[in-house]
Amino acid sequence: MSVSSLFLIVLGLGFIAFVVGQQRAAGYEGDTRLKSLPHHYGFLTAIWSSIPALILLLAWLSFEPVYLQKQIEQSLPVEALNQSEEVLELYMNNIHLAIQNNQAGDDEVVNNAVLHYQRSELHSRSLITALVFVLGLSGIIAGLSRLLFRLHARVSIEKVIKAFLMLCSGVAIVTTVGIVFSVLFEAIRFFEAVSVFDFIFGSSWSPQTSIRVDQVGSSGSFGAVPLFLGTMLISAIALIIAVPVGLMTAIYLSEYASARFRASAKPALEILAGIPTVVYGFFAALTVAPFIREVGESVGLSVASESALAAGIVMGVMIIPFVSSLSDDVISAVPQAMRDGSLGLGATRSETIKQVVIPAALPGIVGGVLLAASRAIGETMIVVMAAGLAANLTVNPLEAVTTVTVQIVTLLTGDQEFDSPKTLAAFALGLMLFISTLVLNVIALHIVRKYREHYE
Amino acid sequence: MNNTEIVKQGLKKRYAREKRFQLYGKLAVLSGFVFLVILLFDITSKAWPAFSVTEILLEIPVDHESLGLSKDSEPNEEALSGINYAGLVKQAIRNVFPEVTKRQQKKLLYRLVSSGAEFEIKQMMGENTDLIGGEPVSVWVKADDDIDTYYKLETVTSRVKGEQVRFIEKLKAEGRIQTSFNIDFFTTSDSREPEQAGIRGALVGSFWTLLVTLLVSLPVGIAAAIYLEEFAPQNKITDFVEININNLAAVPSIVFGLLGLAVFISFFGLPRSAPLVGGLVLSLMTLPTIIISSRAAIKSVPPSLKEAALGLGASHMQTVFHHVLPQAMPGVLTGAIIGMAQALGETAPLLMIGMVAFIVDVPGGIFDSATVLPVQIFLWSDSPERAFTALTAATILVLLAFLTLMNALAIFLRNYFEKKR
Repeated sequence: MSVSSLFLIVLGLGFIAFVVGQQRAAGYEGDTRLKSLPHHYGFLTAIWSSIPALILLLAWLSFEPVYLQKQIEQSLPVEALNQSEEVLELYMNNIHLAIQNNQAGDDEVVNNAVLHYQRSELHSRSLITALVFVLGLSGIIAGLSRLLFRLHARVSIEKVIKAFLMLCSGVAIVTTVGIVFSVLFEAIRFFEAVSVFDFIFGSSWSPQTSIRVDQVGSSGSFGAVPLFLGTMLISAIALIIAVPVGLMTAIYLSEYASARFRASAKPALEILAGIPTVVYGFFAALTVAPFIREVGESVGLSVASESALAAGIVMGVMIIPFVSSLSDDVISAVPQAMRDGSLGLGATRSETIKQVVIPAALPGIVGGVLLAASRAIGETMIVVMAAGLAANLTVNPLEAVTTVTVQIVTLLTGDQEFDSPKTLAAFALGLMLFISTLVLNVIALHIVRKYREHYE
Repeated sequence: MNNTEIVKQGLKKRYAREKRFQLYGKLAVLSGFVFLVILLFDITSKAWPAFSVTEILLEIPVDHESLGLSKDSEPNEEALSGINYAGLVKQAIRNVFPEVTKRQQKKLLYRLVSSGAEFEIKQMMGENTDLIGGEPVSVWVKADDDIDTYYKLETVTSRVKGEQVRFIEKLKAEGRIQTSFNIDFFTTSDSREPEQAGIRGALVGSFWTLLVTLLVSLPVGIAAAIYLEEFAPQNKITDFVEININNLAAVPSIVFGLLGLAVFISFFGLPRSAPLVGGLVLSLMTLPTIIISSRAAIKSVPPSLKEAALGLGASHMQTVFHHVLPQAMPGVLTGAIIGMAQALGETAPLLMIGMVAFIVDVPGGIFDSATVLPVQIFLWSDSPERAFTALTAATILVLLAFLTLMNALAIFLRNYFEKKR
């Protein structure tokens, strides 16, 4: 039976269970009053019937492929299994293709494996169908038993709902754990092939491992310093643009602008934050980069067509609203009394801002800048489209540099086997990226929180 | 000199400094706007050629001899598919330019028309078999993308040869060349030929992906927000969950792509390039946004409402689901729409899970290979043909239109319910 019809069966049984439970409760004639409303008993029976079946079905869904794969392997003769790994993989592909197309080939072993697969699939499907029916029906039977009316149905349902709510809030933790483990495990496998020291301090990056062993440069070199430097260069350019502009925007909007101007200017500026990064990437690659190149050439400078400057400037513009809205929050949190005191002593408004408001808001602003830096480091599309691909150890903003995120994308797009050091390197870079942004975020959030407590 | 005089001396300078400071502020605000305007203007001006397409009028011969069919029998499907349609198109072009005889020139001549022209003719013949044997049929067929770019922008490029310029002049003189609205941009999918490429596949792919994202992240996000705001005990674990959510909101999107690749594709063996995996990755990414905004919405519901419900004997769960959540719904939905808008514009994690493949078919469900609008933009921006630049910019406009629509809806919802309250 197909997966979707199994789900439908579970739903159908659950519905029947609901009707059974509700009807029984509606027709209840006991000595004491019922503790809950009839439909609560309906829901409780439905939960009994469908939740265990659903859990079983989901577990089966995630383990069936593994089981079937094992079955195929068992069906193969020993000679086939003893072949080298690549040949075996090719063989498996043939088998899977034959299964998909459901047609007999001329290879006896493959046909045999297909037959075996189909038999195992049939077995597993019939088993799960039977189990789903048993679980679903036993829920209904439990609903028919005397047990039902001893329970406070509403309280029981609420317990289940609460468990579900709790489970959902746990998704955040599961995601974090999933990120850490998926990145960490692959990175550890990478570091078995390449030493951590060479990776973090090596200054040559050329991950193109060749296909044949005897080719030149077959090992590939994985020194990530040029990537780190490139990332920092572009992020620094972005921050040099975004921090002053963002901060001045926040100061003007919160200290000088009229309420009406502020109400219309703020959302308008936030449009910049809502534009997808791929659009910025297109703009950086096709408009800003050629423009900078032309300007550079007109004054006699040689500018790479994928200069760090172009990507950095556009990225800076992208994070302006980010910096300005964070700074705006902290500047408005500075107590008005401090401003009044300074103004009362005869300082001008700009002096008040420079000497009282900004120093008071500084921790919050620093936190905001750190968050902006973390965003710049992790930004992908702008640099993929507008920065270079080749690693280049330089701090000249007019040359092309590559970044961590660019390398992750180039290493992982396109078809390649999952286990080569090339793809694993992407996960090692991902780990570096995750750790550095995490550290920045934790520090920034801590500073911002401390700052808020200070004035609340 | 007393203090007043000292202060007065510096006053002029200080006021000048004050003026300068204000000016810097104005310039900062202005620069943001200027950039926004330049960006939008640049993309719009690059996009407009993509909305029109150049067509050439040809008389396609449809007599039996040219089609290679016998006069006696009714044309069946097999015979129709056996017709040399490319030959028909070439013959029709030659008829327009009888003076061209050299091989080299003929080659240039054939290149005036899109390689998709023969399929247009094939489709037309398949639908109207009664045309066969009649007079030549006049058809507007699409021009090749280089000719299209040249004709629309009237710029000389190295890709259009001098001979071809003369051909185009002749077509113009005879009224055989025109531009019309490029409806195919919205109704066809990706293609290697710019004049035949459209965004339908990417639109449908985006739809499926967002559907998965919405169905996963909205219920889970609301449930998590309710738990954290209403039921969670004040302890270390709850603190840890909150810190986790805040951190997840700031994790670079590409890291979510790595997660999707390692967990959903390698471990669970879900299909690559499928909207299902894309949607799951995007829902993990938008979940923090939805949780945070839903919590704010739930928090803003007046406690008196809750207390009244509790006082009348409702259980905590009933209070939340019957009274608090309905009141918080506008805020929750606003947050959800903003989260969906983020997901719609996201590219990087989808590159990781293989949604960058060249896909011609319109995806029919969440298990089919698909691409989405932002990835389509990325793919086309990489293509060397000039005409793809216009297509990319036009796709960006479509994407921005959708984002504007979603954000406008969010603002409308917020204002509508605020007024009602």
